[in-house]
Amino acid sequence: MLQLMVQTAAVWVIPLFIFIVLVYAVVQKVDVFDTFVEGAQEGFSTAVNLIPYLVAMLVAIGLLRASGALELLIKIMAPLLARFNVPGEIVPLAIMRPLSGSGALGITAEILNNFGPDSFLGRLASTMQGSTDTTFFILTVYFGSVGIRRTRHALAVGLLADLAAFIASIVICTLVFY
Amino acid sequence: MINLLWFAMIAVAFVTAAVTGRMETFTDALFSSAEQAVSVVFSMVSMMTFWLGMMKIIEKSGFIHWIVKLLQPLSRLLFPRLPRDHPAMHAILMNMSANFLGMGNAATPFGLKAMQELQAINEDPQTASDEMCTFLAVNTSALTLVPTTVVALRAASGSLYPAEIVGTTFLATLCGVITAIAADKIFRSVSRRQNKRR
Repeated sequence: MLQLMVQTAAVWVIPLFIFIVLVYAVVQKVDVFDTFVEGAQEGFSTAVNLIPYLVAMLVAIGLLRASGALELLIKIMAPLLARFNVPGEIVPLAIMRPLSGSGALGITAEILNNFGPDSFLGRLASTMQGSTDTTFFILTVYFGSVGIRRTRHALAVGLLADLAAFIASIVICTLVFY
Repeated sequence: MINLLWFAMIAVAFVTAAVTGRMETFTDALFSSAEQAVSVVFSMVSMMTFWLGMMKIIEKSGFIHWIVKLLQPLSRLLFPRLPRDHPAMHAILMNMSANFLGMGNAATPFGLKAMQELQAINEDPQTASDEMCTFLAVNTSALTLVPTTVVALRAASGSLYPAEIVGTTFLATLCGVITAIAADKIFRSVSRRQNKRR
């Protein structure tokens, strides 16, 4: 039941939202086409301005992965985290999640395939994947797009929130699914 | 800070590659990551264009005022100094709504629009404002009702109950958001006290 509702909602939300907005705008006598084009004008330049920032960040993360430095970090962290009942298979996901969106999704997909999506590890990986976002990517793109150099405490806050969400994922999944 | 971090990431990668003898993959990764970054940007162009067009309609028609009214308790708590009818507030609330409803590809255009509007009222254009930090604190902790990508991935890998993680994800994400907001407030009051001392 819940599942059907969620799946239906996921399919309906964007079309329904667009339909309601457009109907409302027409009722308010807005020239929808002209207004759309006027706003959309900025789309290309906003996206293209991101290229230098994204190249810089994704290259650094790509190098960390390819050089084996991330694997090394995972190998060091796994036994430490095992003392706190963190399953070793989940550690790569926890480290990759703030760094790389596609990398983390790849690891989650691998865990789902290897252990099954309805296993404890599968459910834990799913919860972790969904409960935070790619902090480095968002900070790079958002601050980069307006040329902010000094980001103050934003990175520390983002990483603390990731850490809290990981711990919460493990605790909540252990209570609910284990 | 970012300069040091970026240098450290590449330096650590270089040393590790040297020790483990992976210099060839190092160079390959360099080119493929740069290429990936550009293709990510170009895959964003279409959605950016579409949703910025929609945003204009949402603002011009006055539909935005319904959203502002609906989320007023939240915006007062998070951005007390930002006028509720400021374009930055509009874009922030659209970004949060899009994230909350799992409309990931709509959230980024609204978010970048919000950053532009916040930058327009920023006192020091090189330094992040309080509002920017709070906005990104909420944004990076991904408050979402339905994690659509994960549900789809679970369904694709043959789960019997793809949506069964919706509840646990929501609780975990809530912990992340609360931590982010609290940490942001603490960091902010500490930096203000330091400024006073100067």
